[in-house]
Amino acid sequence: MVELWNIYIWPLIWILAKILLIVIPLFLAVAYLVWSERKVIGLMQQRMGPNVVGPWGIWQSFADVLKLLLKETILPTGANKIVFLIAPMLTFVLAFVAWAVIPVGEGWVLANINVGIMYLFAISSLGVYGIVMAGWASNSRYSFLGAMRSAAQMVSYEISMGLVIVTVLMCVGSLNLTDIVEAQRTVWYVVPLLPMAVVFFISTLAETNRHPFDLPEAEAELVAGYQTEYSAMSFALFFVGEYANMIMMSSMTVILFLGGWLPPMDIAPFNWLPGPLWFGIKVAAILFIFIWARAAFPRYRYDQLMRLGWKVFLPMSLLWVVGTAGVLVAFDLAP
Amino acid sequence: MIVHALAFYLFAAVVVASAVMVVMARNPVHSVLFLILAFFSAAGLFVLLGAEFLAMLLVVVYVGAVAVLFLFVVMMLDVNFAALREGVLDYLPYGLVVGLVMLVELGMLYGAWVTGPEVAMMATSPMPDIAQVSNTEALGQLLYTKYIYLFQAAGMILLVAMIGAIVLSNRQRDGVRRQVIANQVARTRKDAVEMKKVTPGGGI
Repeated sequence: MVELWNIYIWPLIWILAKILLIVIPLFLAVAYLVWSERKVIGLMQQRMGPNVVGPWGIWQSFADVLKLLLKETILPTGANKIVFLIAPMLTFVLAFVAWAVIPVGEGWVLANINVGIMYLFAISSLGVYGIVMAGWASNSRYSFLGAMRSAAQMVSYEISMGLVIVTVLMCVGSLNLTDIVEAQRTVWYVVPLLPMAVVFFISTLAETNRHPFDLPEAEAELVAGYQTEYSAMSFALFFVGEYANMIMMSSMTVILFLGGWLPPMDIAPFNWLPGPLWFGIKVAAILFIFIWARAAFPRYRYDQLMRLGWKVFLPMSLLWVVGTAGVLVAFDLAP
Repeated sequence: MIVHALAFYLFAAVVVASAVMVVMARNPVHSVLFLILAFFSAAGLFVLLGAEFLAMLLVVVYVGAVAVLFLFVVMMLDVNFAALREGVLDYLPYGLVVGLVMLVELGMLYGAWVTGPEVAMMATSPMPDIAQVSNTEALGQLLYTKYIYLFQAAGMILLVAMIGAIVLSNRQRDGVRRQVIANQVARTRKDAVEMKKVTPGGGI
């Protein structure tokens, strides 16, 4: 009995506590990302943004969640009910499970697995199913068109994203996320691999269906794309999942190119701040660029989007993979 | 060990059940979704075997890319599957025969592994130590160093197949107006705007 308690129960409780330590801050981060997005875009467009609920509107997100909780979940008559309900859950769950492998500080990670970056890539490539299932199950033309666009878009940009990741991995020599961050002690990869960092960032915009690539939910053409038929909490799950995905993609960018939890330089004023705080600051900076891009750019046309993915990013990142490999071998830099 | 066994039975049961549902489901989209579930659970089995790289590869390649395109096609096609399904009982014996042959072959494979004379030698052949070489690295050594020519040949065959598919499906059509980005970029104000003197009541 004691053995059972020691081997199974305590580790289980310990892991559950760690999971809560990841999930609760993530929920808060999503709530304040939504709030700050509205506030920042408001300021960029010379409006006030949310300012009624609490001082500077800081309780706005919680008020929105409460409102959505109290509303009725509507099931369309022609919908495929089970798939219709599974789709938002899938999006939500996938956005959260990816966090199991992300190291926010030295040793601050739930599962430090060998193939961390592959795991992240696999989970983010599954994200498309939530959207496609939602679009198909809604039995609505707008939803279906949104889902089709999203599927094509995410599959196209995943390829160049994969090649960018390969470039970084060749420099590191490991698939472990902690190793990837540690390898950037001398120089962050954004310096030698700047074009790849740009390609990666733009691909993450497309992968998370954010402006200027938000064709799957383009209001002017498709009402709300795959979300058209969703209401109340089923919509909220999509919404939270999407924003959690944005944070996840930003942390992926930070880990691959901006040195994770490492300070910019290992000298006095910088290394006073603890690692996780640096990680948070960098993620927030990337998220600001996400929001900035939304305020600054008009939506891409669909053929332009495909052209950018297949005819510009794919050849470019392929060339960089070959070029980086060549440089690493020629100067004997390969790890 | 108990957790390990429980996880194995869970994944294995899900693989078998969803594989059955792929064939049995009435709606073709449901079939594809069950197929995806089967792939995903198979990845779970790989993780239990300690082949974490293969597991992730299975999810990235099959679930994340191949099955998406598959789902895409099945959703777009408007096939009358009720009519397609009518002959299902006629084909049942053939299906059973194929299944039986595969089962027998699997059994023989297992038998060969137990009774074969060279197996003992092959099982003791040097394997990289799991503590020193991760299985990603071991796979890389095997594919890109030891069997590099075979790997390149496989790549070449796939390339030829891809070019063949493009050549077969690509047809040149007349009268298509294509966007030429270079022309658009090269356009200047002088080509586009022209000043005209318009006399009152004259028009252009």
